Amino acid sequence: MTGPRDATNQNQLMTQMESPPRPQSAAGPVVGKPIDRVDGQAKTSGQARFAAEYPYPGLAYAALVHSTVARGRVTGFDVAEAAAVPGVLTILTHENAPSMKPPPRATLTNGGMIVTGTTVNYLNTDEVHWNGQPVAVVVAETLEAAREAAGLVRVAYRESQATVDFATEEEHAVPLKGNPLQRGTARKGDAEAAFRVAPVSVDLRFTTPPLNHNAIEPHATTAVWDGDRLTVHEGTQGIAWLRAHLAARFGVPEASVRVISPFVGGAFGGKGPVWAGTLLTVLAARATGRPVRMMLTREGVYRTVGGRSPSIQRVALGAAADGRLTALIHTGVTGTGRVGGLPEAVTSPSGHLYAAPNILLRHSLVELDLLPNTFMRAPGEAPGTFALEAAMDELADKLGMDPITLRMRNEPETNPIDGKRFSHRLLREAYAYGAQRFGWADRTPEPGSMRDGRWLVGMGVATAHHGTMRFTANVTVRLSADGSVLVRCGLQEMGMGAATAQAQIAADALGVPFEAVRVEYGDSTLPTGPGAGASAQTVSVAASLLAACDKLRRKVRALGEGGSLAEILARAGRDHVEAAVGSQTRLGTLAGQAKFIAKFLRDHRRWVKAGCGAQFCEVRVDPDTGEIRVSRWLGVFDVGKVINAKTAASQLRGGIVMGIGMALSEETLVDPRTGRIMNPSLAEYHVPVHADIPPIDIHYLDEPDPTMPLGLLGLGEIGVTGVAAAIANAVHHATGKRVHDLPITLDKLL
Amino acid sequence: MRSFAYVRPPDVAAAVRAVAAEPDAKFLGGGTNLVDLMREGIERPGTVVDVTGLPLQQIEELPGGGVRIGALVRNSSLAAHRLIRTRYPMLAQAILSGASAQLRNMATVGGNLLQRTRCLYFYDGAAACNKREPGAGCAARDGFHRGGAILGASGACVATHPSDMCVALAALDAVVEAESVRGVRRIPLAGFHRLPGDTPHIETELAADELITAVELPASPVAAHSRYRKVRDRASYAFALVSVAAALEVRHGAVTGVRLALGGVAAKPWRASKAEQALLGAPATEESFRHAAEIELAPAEGLPGNAFKIELARRTIVATLRQVLTQGGAA
Amino acid sequence: MPAVLLRVNGTTHELDLEPQVSLLDALREHLGLTGTKKGCDQGACGACTVLADGVRVNACLALAVQYEGREITTIEGVASPLQAAFVAHDGFQCGYCTSGQICSAIGMLAEHGDDVPSAVTEHLAAGGVELTDAEIRERMSGNLCRCGAYNGIVAAIKEVAGADAAARVPAEAAR
Repeated sequence: MTGPRDATNQNQLMTQMESPPRPQSAAGPVVGKPIDRVDGQAKTSGQARFAAEYPYPGLAYAALVHSTVARGRVTGFDVAEAAAVPGVLTILTHENAPSMKPPPRATLTNGGMIVTGTTVNYLNTDEVHWNGQPVAVVVAETLEAAREAAGLVRVAYRESQATVDFATEEEHAVPLKGNPLQRGTARKGDAEAAFRVAPVSVDLRFTTPPLNHNAIEPHATTAVWDGDRLTVHEGTQGIAWLRAHLAARFGVPEASVRVISPFVGGAFGGKGPVWAGTLLTVLAARATGRPVRMMLTREGVYRTVGGRSPSIQRVALGAAADGRLTALIHTGVTGTGRVGGLPEAVTSPSGHLYAAPNILLRHSLVELDLLPNTFMRAPGEAPGTFALEAAMDELADKLGMDPITLRMRNEPETNPIDGKRFSHRLLREAYAYGAQRFGWADRTPEPGSMRDGRWLVGMGVATAHHGTMRFTANVTVRLSADGSVLVRCGLQEMGMGAATAQAQIAADALGVPFEAVRVEYGDSTLPTGPGAGASAQTVSVAASLLAACDKLRRKVRALGEGGSLAEILARAGRDHVEAAVGSQTRLGTLAGQAKFIAKFLRDHRRWVKAGCGAQFCEVRVDPDTGEIRVSRWLGVFDVGKVINAKTAASQLRGGIVMGIGMALSEETLVDPRTGRIMNPSLAEYHVPVHADIPPIDIHYLDEPDPTMPLGLLGLGEIGVTGVAAAIANAVHHATGKRVHDLPITLDKLL
Repeated sequence: MRSFAYVRPPDVAAAVRAVAAEPDAKFLGGGTNLVDLMREGIERPGTVVDVTGLPLQQIEELPGGGVRIGALVRNSSLAAHRLIRTRYPMLAQAILSGASAQLRNMATVGGNLLQRTRCLYFYDGAAACNKREPGAGCAARDGFHRGGAILGASGACVATHPSDMCVALAALDAVVEAESVRGVRRIPLAGFHRLPGDTPHIETELAADELITAVELPASPVAAHSRYRKVRDRASYAFALVSVAAALEVRHGAVTGVRLALGGVAAKPWRASKAEQALLGAPATEESFRHAAEIELAPAEGLPGNAFKIELARRTIVATLRQVLTQGGAA
Repeated sequence: MPAVLLRVNGTTHELDLEPQVSLLDALREHLGLTGTKKGCDQGACGACTVLADGVRVNACLALAVQYEGREITTIEGVASPLQAAFVAHDGFQCGYCTSGQICSAIGMLAEHGDDVPSAVTEHLAAGGVELTDAEIRERMSGNLCRCGAYNGIVAAIKEVAGADAAARVPAEAAR
């Protein structure tokens, strides 16, 4: 046998990709330029290594056994047939698995616990909490043996009554209590009373289905124990969070855990929390004393990694005859698991978008015996903007008013729900520019009035909106006398071009060419990075990087004057100078966190910070079959300053593509009888394919936000918001039919 | 995947002998369906007889204008072949509408005929399915059955046949040639696939030890004016909700020749014979098309999640016939 | 275990493989050629696309033993202008589907050169189909990209296909 399975070449375990620099930046600043990704060569040549791609001698493979009941207790296993499969090393169940600590409660300063996917202490309990929960793990010499044996493990259960049907549980929903960052109920004035007397009104019910992230890389873990030291290769959105979580669950110091994650094959929220696969790979490695790898099957991803909650939403709008809103009511019901999950904040955009004097927002939750939901790209705001923005379109229709005019008539000066100041808001400019660029004036308002051959043509708009977040980030930056710069930060690269953007920032901050900067990332041995979530990674790292570069410049300037920083170093006879931001000690981290949170909350009380934008789309509907094709798209965004014109446009475009899927074809089918996901496959859960996606025109206004580092508002998620509404509105324009229930499949138009 | 013995026979005789000798042996073609089902544990052959090396790769013109297609011709080769594109464009279009280019490059004609259903409950070993486990029940009937049958279903099974290619073959009166240790026989495609009745696990007339060696298409001048229309939940790379293969010949405003078959509606590719009868001699108008569709779909029965397919099928039949009438065939 | 002779990127490897080992797992787990990705293991995403004798196939549904004697090309063996074009047009984000997209595009351009039609080809009999955006999109639909880099991928393919076409025209004119 040949191949690196037998190899012990430890330099394969590199944590950064070395890519030959491509000279592309002319002299001068590079922030804002369309710079090629630094990892482009690695990703187009197959050299970028993902979590399941690190060879280890003696590597064993693990596979999960999933429960087939929604709730109950495991009463026994029959593993005889499975154990007889050649190559099986062990079959771990709650009867024989090593112990693992249950997840402690999450606190504000304890990021590792915020990412608890579920509270289930896998294989340390006989309890089953959802249909598909892992109840056993097979470890074998080969992938094939592990998977085959997992299919042969017979499990007996004592079932108990389970509540799994979200639709029928609506009446049992409980109002959400909320917290300073996410209120359960918010009100201004008396919206119900104002709605009752409104001259023009709509009162609509919308539903959105459960959705799954479907990153093309299935969740994968390679875990290696060396005594009490643990090395984990994992595609994660939070290296530091994962390290803290694993340390707590396996009872070892954080310093003993190393997480290596230089490339993440798509995440979209699904690789933020820590799920069963990761924990059980680590557990299997501990139980067998072997390096263990587990890549979840695609079905396994659906059964163990939470997705987006379904929602039932009511949007009731009251307006005067001139279109001014008098009442805005947005209530929503979403689901969580009994063993975890979070409220999908569907009502949140309605606190920010329209200047209604009376507003009522109320969010209620139902707890279900299902796999807990989790963050998925623009949690709350993706399904929330669907309901609100489709309702606005219907109101415009009722008023006989252009939908952009209606929105502009209600564009607020201050944050509608609480009167706080916007740090930045160029929504008027986005609509004005977009309407012109898209040719909105060519739209004839009457539904069904536009055709292209037999196709019915429709144009629709909707507003995009996404709140801005920030986390702490530790960064070091080093300048060498040869002029090269090394930035080190344990950040995550899931496709946003994180290292490229930070290299651009450092290059400008230190006045060196882009090619001179190298960024090390994706490893917990590096200074602790922020999690990659909430569209906050770039700005969080940028803030610290700018501060570090500032420090560095001052340090160098203290050595001498005249010429470039590198020249000063050379003259001073120094090989390099380094500056760091953020403490790596436990106490220092806590102090830093506390200071950051205090400042963040102070800032939060003062400003409302968010990106916004205008989504324009054109659809074609086949009048015979109801097939919908999106034929044209324009997104105009106010996301503050943009670091990289190329990667930013790609990320915004990617959000729109995901939104098109959400609008037209995506739905996780949960059988209401069993709580079992019935389409756990990319063949039957329809994410958009090439043929579904038209050219997507992206424009951003590129005006820095005055309150944010470098003026960044974050742009990872905003692209998906407003998309489903824009499509629903365009479909109505094409056909005269309003579809309130996603996805807008062709049967709803027949 | 259960471990299995892998056999690569040198000729057809050896292949059929190899399968006849082992009760749990299976022929392996392109693997696009069988390998998937084996990995899912739904198919568990103890011996796999790889027939892809057998000399059944030819596409030959038959005297009289028909075409003989070797069972191991890859789907993509068949769709790209001149004879198919010019004489049977609906077949080329049907194949090109299925799966992805990669899968079409792998899949064989014989394998395509034997594709198994995509019913969600068939694929989930934890669910009740009479196809997988006779007598277990059918969880799809009261569950998710968007892809399910509206014609010819039974209480035991509402699954559909997923092939696009077969829909065109049904319209074209194709004949399947099969060989076993008992000899060679010819099975008309119309009778090749079975409706579920009480035995949904028996899906075709083919015996377990019979190897499909060829498919023959009779000469069919009307087929030159044909199209395949597939309606699905995304623009490509998805199974049909409803599909229609239609050929139409019109003289002096009247239908003088017609072939019509439906996909996505039944456990077999559905030859719309009643509609064809209604159309022959009728004026080639939208009204005739609609009337014919209604006759064909009169016995259709929908379930809550797929009743829309009756209307969709009606409309797609009309639209496809209209398109052939106004724009001609796809050739 | 039976010895399987696999020819990959011009090198023949003798591997001890059970027949149930897929070509994809043979590449990734036995040869260390991890550039070919596993996204679904069901033929539903295209991340595992490789070239077998220049023809694009899904390695996840291919048993390795079935591909003895075939010339397998993986991303590690690819040297194509498509790679630079993907970078220039940002035809990827996370990079996980990229190997499959590139191998698929190579196979697709070859199919187009061989006059293979697609489901959106207007006139099947005509031949010489123009590689429009719609044709590229349909022909590439077997490769999912969840990051949504489809526009960039189409642009990259168009650039390379256009350069190919431009290179062909004078050669033909010279005859």
